[in-house]
Amino acid sequence: MIQIDDVWKTYHARSGPVRVLRGVNLHVEKGDKIGIMGRNGAGKSTLIRLIGDIEEPTSGTITRTMRISWPLAFTGAFQGTLTGIDNVRFICRIYEKEFDEVIDYVEEFSQLGRFLKEPLKIYSSGMRARLAFAISLMIDFDCYLIDEVVAVGDARFLAKCQEELFVRRKDRALIIVSHDALYLRDHCDRACVLADGHLHHFEAVDDALLCHQEMMAA
Amino acid sequence: MGHSISNGSLRRSLKIQVRVLWALILREILTRYGRHNIGFLWLFVEPMLFTLGVTTLWTLTGLHRITDLPITAFALTGYSTVLLWRNMPSRCVGAIQPNSALMYHRNVRVIDIFVSRVALEAIGATMSFVVLSIAFVSLGWMNPPENPLKVVQAWLLTAWFGGALAILLGAWSEKSEIVEKLWHPAAYLLFPLSGAAYLVDAIPTQAQHAALWLPMVNGTEMVRDGYFGSRFVAHYSVAYFFTCNMILTLFALSLERAVTKDFVPE
Repeated sequence: MIQIDDVWKTYHARSGPVRVLRGVNLHVEKGDKIGIMGRNGAGKSTLIRLIGDIEEPTSGTITRTMRISWPLAFTGAFQGTLTGIDNVRFICRIYEKEFDEVIDYVEEFSQLGRFLKEPLKIYSSGMRARLAFAISLMIDFDCYLIDEVVAVGDARFLAKCQEELFVRRKDRALIIVSHDALYLRDHCDRACVLADGHLHHFEAVDDALLCHQEMMAA
Repeated sequence: MGHSISNGSLRRSLKIQVRVLWALILREILTRYGRHNIGFLWLFVEPMLFTLGVTTLWTLTGLHRITDLPITAFALTGYSTVLLWRNMPSRCVGAIQPNSALMYHRNVRVIDIFVSRVALEAIGATMSFVVLSIAFVSLGWMNPPENPLKVVQAWLLTAWFGGALAILLGAWSEKSEIVEKLWHPAAYLLFPLSGAAYLVDAIPTQAQHAALWLPMVNGTEMVRDGYFGSRFVAHYSVAYFFTCNMILTLFALSLERAVTKDFVPE
């Protein structure tokens, strides 16, 4: 379970305070698939980072009883100067996983081949995302935080992701930030729209999409 | 959350903490020294070379002619102690930004970056000190420490001082860029003042009081007292050094807390 109660987040920018979140509430249970929409800069990534406990809310509480992944995003999580293999080793140590049990799967799933022996800084963002997916799937998270990296890789990689995330791990919760309306409609049970610091909840993904489109048009 | 932590989960948190620190230390060794030539051995070979060079220089310049002090022991204790407390802040100032990506993992916190770097410096400086001590003693260049326990106490107090200073300056450097700019000249200027190159007893009484205000001078004097205390009059206050460390730690941790609160990974 994840319970978010009246969470506010303010950043102190040079031009003054920026109130990104103004009293956000959210409840996530095992197996929930939640899409989060919102225009650029609405605070979607901020929300994901707060849920992932890598930033602290300015006020409000977040209770977590599930094991939550780090935010799978185009940035972060890896050390650029280290090779793919060494990054996998580091993450294994942090999350108490045996490297030997993990590496074959990561090689197979990420399709990075010889690039695994190259430093991360030469990876494309798609390659980073593939590596992140591969390692995170080997750690038993109850909830995956996915920030915009759903549609990476070729059709074959997407099909594998589909199989691993939505079929084999369908009991896990997913929180997905995306601008890809079709993807959210196909994969989420419900959706939220983040606007002006408030999180609007919709039982049907289509209603959320409609609301989001209206806001974008306005 | 603190009230809900039972004994079991406290042990578990501790286990996670140790694992994360170990992972960070290994990662740091890998990024700093790589797998080329002697690899992680540089960790203590580097400070050893420094200390060896300074010891040779001081011996050659004939300091031993104006004093009957054991010059090798004087140089080794002085320079090793400086390396111990001075390298820690140097490694912690500006340490957070380049490691920002690692903080995408919730178990990796700002404090873990600092503690792992401080620990690594402590290991390097200590190994260098121990290896050189054994070498010099077996070569007959100096006598073994008269009071090893006192040396250990002084060494631990100095490591604590360095660690607290490192976390304070490391956290502060996140808030203000000036810290990084000022630390380099400060580290340079503090070296001659730190007691590495003089004995407090040998300077004018007026200056002695001033010198002992510097916490690390107390550490250096105490290390030397443990090594060759029968050969000179040592001046230091354990109580003062301890109090300074406590205050420094308090400031360091509260500043670190404030930085963590506002921290935004890349």
